[in-house]
Formats: sequence, structure tokens, C-alpha cells
Amino acid sequence: MKVIVVGGGKLVYFLCRNLIARDHTVVVVNRNETESRWLARRMKALVIHGDGTDPSVLEEAGGHDADTIVAVTPSDPDNLIICQVAKLRFGVPHTVAVLADPDNEKIFPKLGVTTVVSMPRIVSALIEERTAFEDIINLLPAAEGRVNITELALSERSPIQGQRLAEIPLPRDSLIACVIRQDEAVIPRGDTLLAAGDRVLLVSLPASHAEAVRILTGDVD
Amino acid sequence: MPREQFIVIVGCGRLGRHLANHYSREGHSVMAVDVDPARLAKLAPEYSGFRLEGDATEPAVMKQSHAEDADRLIAVTGYDNVNLAVAQVARTIFGVPDVVARVNDPEREAIFQELGIRTVCPLTLAARELVAWQTRSVDSG
Repeated sequence: MKVIVVGGGKLVYFLCRNLIARDHTVVVVNRNETESRWLARRMKALVIHGDGTDPSVLEEAGGHDADTIVAVTPSDPDNLIICQVAKLRFGVPHTVAVLADPDNEKIFPKLGVTTVVSMPRIVSALIEERTAFEDIINLLPAAEGRVNITELALSERSPIQGQRLAEIPLPRDSLIACVIRQDEAVIPRGDTLLAAGDRVLLVSLPASHAEAVRILTGDVD
Repeated sequence: MPREQFIVIVGCGRLGRHLANHYSREGHSVMAVDVDPARLAKLAPEYSGFRLEGDATEPAVMKQSHAEDADRLIAVTGYDNVNLAVAQVARTIFGVPDVVARVNDPEREAIFQELGIRTVCPLTLAARELVAWQTRSVDSG
């Protein structure tokens, strides 16, 4: 896949390294000349020094055959325009904006951005979940927060240890998608026994999320 | 504009101030928005509209400006992308019927006109005026 990344800082550096390691072709567009040189020396990527909202710069970056553009500048309006220019002028099918203001998360998709991510919202969600339930290892909101994927550790306190999956009274719109036991991942069936020390992947809709977590961990919010 | 309108002006630089003072003098209700309070303070003494200090690219600030009640919104900050983003949010999210954005880069202007955003490009206007002026002098000469 060919990915254009617009922005700067260590975030862009590590994002690009990650993408290159997964065999994607990466082009970086960066406004700062010194930083552009720094990035070009350290990565196997084409680095273009210029304004990513400028159509001629996106053309130079090969907008015409890019599959995805990622806008990670510190400015939300710039990120919007980057995605829109890429889509309207170059037909880039997948546009991603990494945003500061969580309010823009609902707005930018209506203006044509395919995927929006708000860092403050994700981090807040992580903090709240972590302080409420110490057994939660990981929380990943998917589909713009409409689905939660949560990794939970079942402790000695868990009321469901020793029960079969089919016996657990999980609420509607929640599902145990995977059980991880001693580093082995199992897709569970109704007769799978759950034990303390297991980790489970819970897929849930926000309305049933708290109830499902309570049933699995025994914690009261 | 025959009846009294509510007009939001985003960006209170020279052009924004000129427009705000003009519409206020004409008896319209005006809301001037700028991140910099010093620029809002430069509005004419007889300007009778509202002033709002804030970044209009934040939807919360747009809400504070009562954009949902506006008849027009004019985005004239010094930044093309800010103007284009604010204009789109005003039209799509706050349902402002009449929205204009100032865009300095003619290439960017063309793209967003395709999207149905009304834009004004000072460079294009000046070029058209100069060409018209030259044509006139050739005709009369």
C-alpha cells in the first residue's frame, strides 16, 4: 500500500517506521526544512519539504497513486483540508485525520474524511477505564467508539471463574471473542471453562459495556 | 440586504474589521470573532455588534457565536485552511444559509468551489480588475 503521511515530530517518525516495517511505501510531507532532512536521513521513505495542504505539494508526493493519506499536523483545520484536497483533487480513497479537538470527531466524517481519531478522547477513555477497573489491560474503541474491544484479566475475585461460557449471563450486545490462557489464544465455545488467570477479549457496544465488565470481573463501578 | 440580518464575521484583521464596521453601520446585528483580543479592540468606536474571543475552528466556539442563528458567515482570517474549515462547518453543521470564505491560493479556491463553497480570492479579483482596466484604456485609447 502507498501511504502519504503529513505532519512532523516523533509521532510521524515512529508511525512511518512502523508502516515501512510492514512493507508499505511511505511518503512524508513535512513543513520544517531541518526536520525534513532529519527524517530523510533516518528512514527509507521519500520526504518532501512543503505545505501538505498545497495541491502541488501533494502532487509531488504522488497523490495520484496513493491508497491512504494520514494527516497528523497539530492543526485540525489543516488536517481537514489535507484530507479533502487529497480526496477531491487526487482521488485518494482512504483519508485519516488525527485530531486534537474531540468535537471534530463527529464533524469531519460529515465533511468527507474517512477515518478520524481524537487522541485526547482515546487517552481519556483509557484513563477512565484503567482507574475504574484494574483488571482491564487494554481498551480499544473501534468504529469511532461505537464498539469497545476490551482485554480483561480474570482474577480470583471474578464471579465467573469455573463457569462454562454458556452459563455466564452476559448482557445482549456483548461477546467473549477470545480467551487467552498461558499465552495460547482460544476462540471459545459454549462449553469453554473460564479460570482465574485467563485473559478474555470482550467485544461490546457502549450501552452494555459496563454491565458486561461487572459480570466478568465482579467489580462494581 | 433589505431586512436586518445576523452576520458572523470570523477573523478581525483589516478586511474583517472593515466588514464588521460596515454591516454594523448598516443596522445589521454583527458577531465579530477572533483569537486575538487586541484585534477585536480595534473595531470602530461606533461598532455596536458583539465581540467573541476564541478560535472558530473549535465547534464549541462556533456554538458560542450563535452560528446556528446566523443568516451569513464570512470567514476572513489570514489562513486559507481555517477559512475553508470554518465555512464548511458553518454550512454543514450549523446550517448557515449564506457562507463565504476568503482564500488566497487560487488553486485551492478552485478545489473548494467544486465542493460548493463560496470563495473570494483577492488575487483573482485584483487580476480581473487590472485586466478590465487595461481593456478599458485600450478601448478609449
